[in-house]
Amino acid sequence: MTLDAVFLSRLQWAWVIVWHILLPAFTVGLASYIAVLEGLYFFTGREMWFRISGFWTKIFAVSFGMGVVSGIIMPFQFGTNWSRFTDATADVLSPMMAYEGLMAFFLESTFLGVLLFGRRLVPAWAHFFAGLMVAFGTLLSSFWILSTNSWMQTPAGYKLVDGRFEPVDWLAIVFNPSFPYRLLHNVTAFYITTAFVVMGVGAWLLRRDRAVEDSRMMIRMALNLLIILIPLQIVIGDLHGLNTLEHQPAKIAAMEGLYDTAQPMPLTLFGIPDDEAATMRYPIEIPNLGSLILTHSWDGAVKGLKEWPANERAPVALPFFSFRIMVGIGFVMLFIAVAGQILQLRGRLWDSIWFLRLCPWAAPLGFIAVIAGWVVTEVGRQPWTVYGLMRTADSVSPSLTGADVALSLAFYIVVYLIMFPTGIAFMAGLVRRGPQPQAASERVESGLPSGPFKGATRTASDS
Amino acid sequence: MALDLVPVWTTLLALAVFHYVVFDGFDLGVGILHGFVPENARAIVMNSVAPIWNGNATWLVFGGLGLLAAFPLAFVLIMLLALVFRGVAFEFRFRNPELRRFCVRAFFYGSAIATFAQGVVLGTFIQGFKVDGRHFTGTSFDWVTPFALLTGIALMFGYSLLGASWLILKTEGDLQRWARRAGRVCLIAVLVAIVAVSIWTPISNAEIARRWFTWPDIAFLAPVPIITALIAAGEWYALTRQQELTPFLGAVGLFSMSFIGIAISLWPMIVPFHYTLWQAASSASTQAFLLIGTLFLLPVILMYTAWSYWVFRGKVHGEVGYH
Repeated sequence: MTLDAVFLSRLQWAWVIVWHILLPAFTVGLASYIAVLEGLYFFTGREMWFRISGFWTKIFAVSFGMGVVSGIIMPFQFGTNWSRFTDATADVLSPMMAYEGLMAFFLESTFLGVLLFGRRLVPAWAHFFAGLMVAFGTLLSSFWILSTNSWMQTPAGYKLVDGRFEPVDWLAIVFNPSFPYRLLHNVTAFYITTAFVVMGVGAWLLRRDRAVEDSRMMIRMALNLLIILIPLQIVIGDLHGLNTLEHQPAKIAAMEGLYDTAQPMPLTLFGIPDDEAATMRYPIEIPNLGSLILTHSWDGAVKGLKEWPANERAPVALPFFSFRIMVGIGFVMLFIAVAGQILQLRGRLWDSIWFLRLCPWAAPLGFIAVIAGWVVTEVGRQPWTVYGLMRTADSVSPSLTGADVALSLAFYIVVYLIMFPTGIAFMAGLVRRGPQPQAASERVESGLPSGPFKGATRTASDS
Repeated sequence: MALDLVPVWTTLLALAVFHYVVFDGFDLGVGILHGFVPENARAIVMNSVAPIWNGNATWLVFGGLGLLAAFPLAFVLIMLLALVFRGVAFEFRFRNPELRRFCVRAFFYGSAIATFAQGVVLGTFIQGFKVDGRHFTGTSFDWVTPFALLTGIALMFGYSLLGASWLILKTEGDLQRWARRAGRVCLIAVLVAIVAVSIWTPISNAEIARRWFTWPDIAFLAPVPIITALIAAGEWYALTRQQELTPFLGAVGLFSMSFIGIAISLWPMIVPFHYTLWQAASSASTQAFLLIGTLFLLPVILMYTAWSYWVFRGKVHGEVGYH
């Protein structure tokens, strides 16, 4: 077996990013949730908000720390594994990532320190403000990194000079065609993911009669958010799909497993794609539905993969199956949210043991959907790194050998298999302890330092 | 007319790298010292950097990325893994004593290895590395040179000096006395290293020797070693007396003088002896686009960073007392 540097580099990138994306998928939503809780506490002064916020802040701190360390690893791969891509796109992409750091990372990490350890050191409004800034930081981070990713999908505002991309119009680069849809779709997905975790944890605690008031509030808040966001997400997803059809029709063909151009196009529910023969085996199809979804007309035409030369087609299996997993989960989520909402309206939510039992199992759904969605969009972009312009095979570092990458990949696999399960177990431990009844005058125990600072006594009267 | 932004960016990047070196330097140094302090003081030592280490590590992305991107994979890997272990060890403070012991060790080794790796980068950077066109072409083990190993060890003592002076600032009593002793040991080692590097580089590189030792340059540059010596003397004095803030300022002073010394030796090369800053810089439009935001954002960042240091001012007290 030969060690292929390109393939192994892709595998390494996928491995590192799949684990990393779990953290923003959770922390973006959680930061906003904590900001809301801090705001409620600031304006109402009710103990409950303080307890719930303190509980989630501890969990947030651990996941944020893991996000920072696994996040530092990723950009380094641009230099080590993808230096030709980096060289070609640096003039366009490097400022975007620099802005992510400047606007988001510093804001998040500095104010997180205050949010965690500063409860007694700063006035109450400043603590609330710190919560807002952390949330704002996570959103800014999403903005820039998704703009960067979108540019790779739908490049705009550049000119090609000697194989390198040079910026021409920054507004066109940042707000490239797929960016608004991708940003909305992702952030909504992150919020939904977090809401399912909050609901699952709340139900788990409630089933054990722990922190009953707090858990019920968590479930209620999550349900009320989900009933709005899930239908909204379905609409946004549809718009995102139409945008992809316009700018990356080959990706749509791969997602739908469509090899031959079809008019009208059926919707393939399931099948086994065969790239060699360029055909879908054992398809289960619903006639005309594909046209209806993608073109919003009964018999619209959709291009199949055969319209492109074989070396410009994405492999079908991964996007095809991942897309079905993502959409499938979306509908399961919709069902859970609607069922929960109906139970709530009838006042039977707390007696519905089956629902409370179901919620903890539904907690990981968002993560799976996010990863599946990411696989759809990234594998669907293949064989390009910059869509239609730069091939993945031409993007890797020239001096890289397969053995080098095999070694580093093995390292990353071992480290992540230690780090992530440990981190998840650690957070599970925090969940198990549940929200702690605490007097507001006590400092928030963050799980990090065991002692506050001397200044604490001076400004304690503020909190 | 197109404005030449390269000098502006060079200054900004140099400041960012320097900021990273000082800030993550003291918390990596605290991590190294953490392996040597008496067991019952470890909690306080860790707490002294708890609210700020995330922010400090972030500077690596901004300041260090550009430099490290040019280095071979195996090498970067070692440093990153060390940083990961350190960060994770910091986040997971287990109640279980066995896991806790493991984390203590991971925090120490992570800090030490990451520091050593950065020192090696610095050494390799000063010596220059092989590039072909725009790509690094050395092998993964090019960095194992005596000079790079020297700078690696030197930086461990340097960061420990910063860490010790940070501890002097943030602690009191026996732990503070311990930090003063540790600081003196590190200071001696740092001075030995500075002298060694100052002799080694001009001997091994004629270009650098010419820059420092020809008339009239020698007259302009003479203040650099003289001021360094004065700061070193002041630092020793501060470490032995009851000063609390001065040792930290002195350590930062020593770092700035070394930084200036290296800059004088290498200017205007970014990939030493192959590319100048102008050849490596990105397009004018890229620089302008980033500069507009940076000039606005940087003061804001510095302001709220300063505010957070102000919030967490004063001595650290652990629940576990130090005896």
